[in-house]
Amino acid sequence: MSVDKLNRTVLGLVAVSLFLVSGAVLAEYPLNLTEGVTPTSQRVYDLHMDIFYIVTAIGIGVFSVMTWSIFHHRKSKGAVAAQFHHSTTAEVIWTIIPILILVGMAIPATKTLVFMEKTGDAEMTLKVTGYQWKWKYDYLDEDISFFSTLSEEDNKARQRNSGIDPHTIDNYLKNVDNPVVLPVDTKIRILTTAADVIHAWWVPALGWKRDAVPGYINDNWTYIEEPGIYRGKCTELCGKDHGFMPIVVHAVSKEEYATWVDEKKAEAAAMQDESGKEYTLDEQMARGEKIYNTQCAACHQAKGQGIEGMFPALDGSPVATGAAADHINMVLKGKNLMPAFKDQMSDAELSAVITFERNAWSNAVGDIVQPADVKAAR
Amino acid sequence: MSEAVIHDDHDDHHDHKPTGIGRWLFSTNHKDIGTMYLVFSLIMFFIGGAMAMVIRAELFQPGLQFVDPQFFNSMTTVHALIMIFGAVMPAGVGLANWMIPMMIGAPDMAMPRMNNMSFWILPFAFTLLLSTFFMQGGAPAGGWTMYPPLVLQLGDGFPFLIFAVHFLGISSIMGAINIIATVFNMRAPGMTFMRLPLFVWTWIITAFLLIAAMPVLAGAVTMLLTDRFFGTAFFDAAGGGDPVLFQHVFWFFGHPEVYILVLPSFGIISQIIPTFARKPLFGYASMVYATASIAFLSFFVWAHHMFTVGMPLAGELFFMYATMAIAVPTGVKVFNWTATMWRGSMTFETPMLFSIGVLFMFTLGGFSGLMMGITPVDFQYHDTYFIVAHFHYVLVPGIVFGIISGVYYWLPKWTGHMYDEKLGKLHFWTSTISVNVLFFPMHFIGLAGMPRRIPDYSTQFTDWNMIISIGGFAFGLSQLILVWVVIKCARGIGEKATDQVWEGAHGLEFTLSSPPPFHSFTTPPEVTDATAHS
Repeated sequence: MSVDKLNRTVLGLVAVSLFLVSGAVLAEYPLNLTEGVTPTSQRVYDLHMDIFYIVTAIGIGVFSVMTWSIFHHRKSKGAVAAQFHHSTTAEVIWTIIPILILVGMAIPATKTLVFMEKTGDAEMTLKVTGYQWKWKYDYLDEDISFFSTLSEEDNKARQRNSGIDPHTIDNYLKNVDNPVVLPVDTKIRILTTAADVIHAWWVPALGWKRDAVPGYINDNWTYIEEPGIYRGKCTELCGKDHGFMPIVVHAVSKEEYATWVDEKKAEAAAMQDESGKEYTLDEQMARGEKIYNTQCAACHQAKGQGIEGMFPALDGSPVATGAAADHINMVLKGKNLMPAFKDQMSDAELSAVITFERNAWSNAVGDIVQPADVKAAR
Repeated sequence: MSEAVIHDDHDDHHDHKPTGIGRWLFSTNHKDIGTMYLVFSLIMFFIGGAMAMVIRAELFQPGLQFVDPQFFNSMTTVHALIMIFGAVMPAGVGLANWMIPMMIGAPDMAMPRMNNMSFWILPFAFTLLLSTFFMQGGAPAGGWTMYPPLVLQLGDGFPFLIFAVHFLGISSIMGAINIIATVFNMRAPGMTFMRLPLFVWTWIITAFLLIAAMPVLAGAVTMLLTDRFFGTAFFDAAGGGDPVLFQHVFWFFGHPEVYILVLPSFGIISQIIPTFARKPLFGYASMVYATASIAFLSFFVWAHHMFTVGMPLAGELFFMYATMAIAVPTGVKVFNWTATMWRGSMTFETPMLFSIGVLFMFTLGGFSGLMMGITPVDFQYHDTYFIVAHFHYVLVPGIVFGIISGVYYWLPKWTGHMYDEKLGKLHFWTSTISVNVLFFPMHFIGLAGMPRRIPDYSTQFTDWNMIISIGGFAFGLSQLILVWVVIKCARGIGEKATDQVWEGAHGLEFTLSSPPPFHSFTTPPEVTDATAHS
């Protein structure tokens, strides 16, 4: 087989295999940007498709010329090389035409961008704060505030060699304990910021993403037109568990939203009461274990063994088995990579998880840290 | 292997070559240093490639099977640093070292001792970088872009990362100064600027970019260092600093860096396409001006890497328009290459195949680049696999293929022996097929919502990730063919190469013997219009 023939055979094989692969998978799997559920996402999708069609058309044109040339202007077909090496006319044409195409693209792009930046006239404001590795949501008009972390089920499955098949979990890595609830048909201002490192808040169905930068408050808006559950992810590398801090938005009717607000407020009031309570060791251990698994196990690991050289073990550690005051202080204020948890959990939650750490695995200090102890140490 | 490369005795018994290890350690010879750069680059290509294999193995299916998330982040971070600073840049400098003196009719580089130093810094810099894997806190895991505050969380490896980057910068700047000094001062009589081969032109422009951009990077990482150890707060919002400032400064280096990587590859294929089309390069002058315009514009588009950071509308519009403007000179180059092939008399030896690969696949990466330059849609594309697809298309089939085509093109000249054409073609086809299986589906999963730099993903992306990983392993394995081809050539297996090597080859390097004498041109050749413009 001559080299030319070999080339053509290989080319044919590529074409056939690409066709087979595409036929089999195209129908079933997501291939394109979502159209989303907001006026912004629809405009962005349309712009994306317009530009895609333009570059595809240019691509077909340019690649056709190249391919034609490759097949016809070859020495083996007896082609004799022309010796032209310059044409001012051609060069002016292929400078001017691309400029015109680009201007044609820039006009709708500018319009969409201006539309996206109109953040005024919002009916409510949601502040989103990125933490390593969870989101905090503050409803500024309602005095509601909570953290949102990866759901416990996902968290178990995503541990290395967990033995749990991710395919058995619906929306694997896109489930959270506390979803954001937002009303439909409302212009919502969404502010993004961060407490430690840079994160980015992205729900594809809303049509944009925005970085959450410590020291900055970025201004965005959305207007959700259809009720539903919309899922997204952190999209700026933010450390070890960057891949495990999803976003879930529940868009509900205005009435349902009002009900949810009332419930959330009642819940917060109940939490407030807890901070004066005294707990038994068993109560604290049971509550603490749950909190440990979602808040601490990512670094200190499931059995408190830590990761050598990176995250210290809690099992048998001098802090977890030493004076309670030092332990409380460490959790409240953090140290190096360890974040400060004082704004992230209530006194009751902190007291539970600290009690758990002091009495779990081989640790057996025996003391019970109460919410009042944490309150005093703040 | 490298010893064998220069095992060229009979042709040039007038040369007094140093021997033994001292020949390499103390070398001031542009060819020996070029060889060392290229061998070093190849080793780094495989180390960085091994890291990519770890990434693709982990992403083969959802769930965590092989590595912890922190180590995964180290893999993506160090893979990028190694490939950019250890593989692509040294390969470009290696080719420049080998070819520029021969292409302009000079005996050697202008500053041979500095040339030695700029190479020998590299192994030390990468030892520093790779040693962080064995330190408390592990290797850098905050992304190759080193964004604070995240990068400041790195453990004991942090100062090693910073000093490695400083060393790489010093090495690059010395290399750039040397190239500029060589081209400006050591051209043969008659070799005017507008007669320079395009590879030399793209390298002069690259060298100016290096001198302008690398000190900016050095400044940025120095501020990181003082933030960490000396109590400054350049990038710490709590101390009155600004984490976004780092991104602006970094990308003011980072975007020109993109062209530092790609321009030499443009230069290479501008040499190769005319040779195998047996027709002069179309629009030589406009190629030079287009390259210079791209380089100039590259200083005004940096913020398109950070559209989602939150900029004022005016800023977003400016950087969108400036980014779109780069498409014009880039288009001119693509059209000129196409016009060079048009009505030529083409043959398809391995260098030509790889160059055509660049032409097709770089253009494809250019299209997705144009899409991402449109700010409002970039808000959706940013930091997804769509961008991963884009920059790998321009970096691998765009730049790495360009370097490989240059290696095949000049390998017979360097060694005096033709490479194995069958193996070369096999290398091209396995690489081209696998590189597309590897990177093309990334467009889909990116648009469908898979963020980059994650060790585990939602199950809807499983099938594409499996296909991508298979493509990745196949691409990695295919590169072993290149090693085998180079070893064979270097050991003198293969037909003897003529001085001209290729039927359609022009240019001063092809007037020298194959392999060329140790000191390229001891008497300067006379260049006329007829011998220039290959």
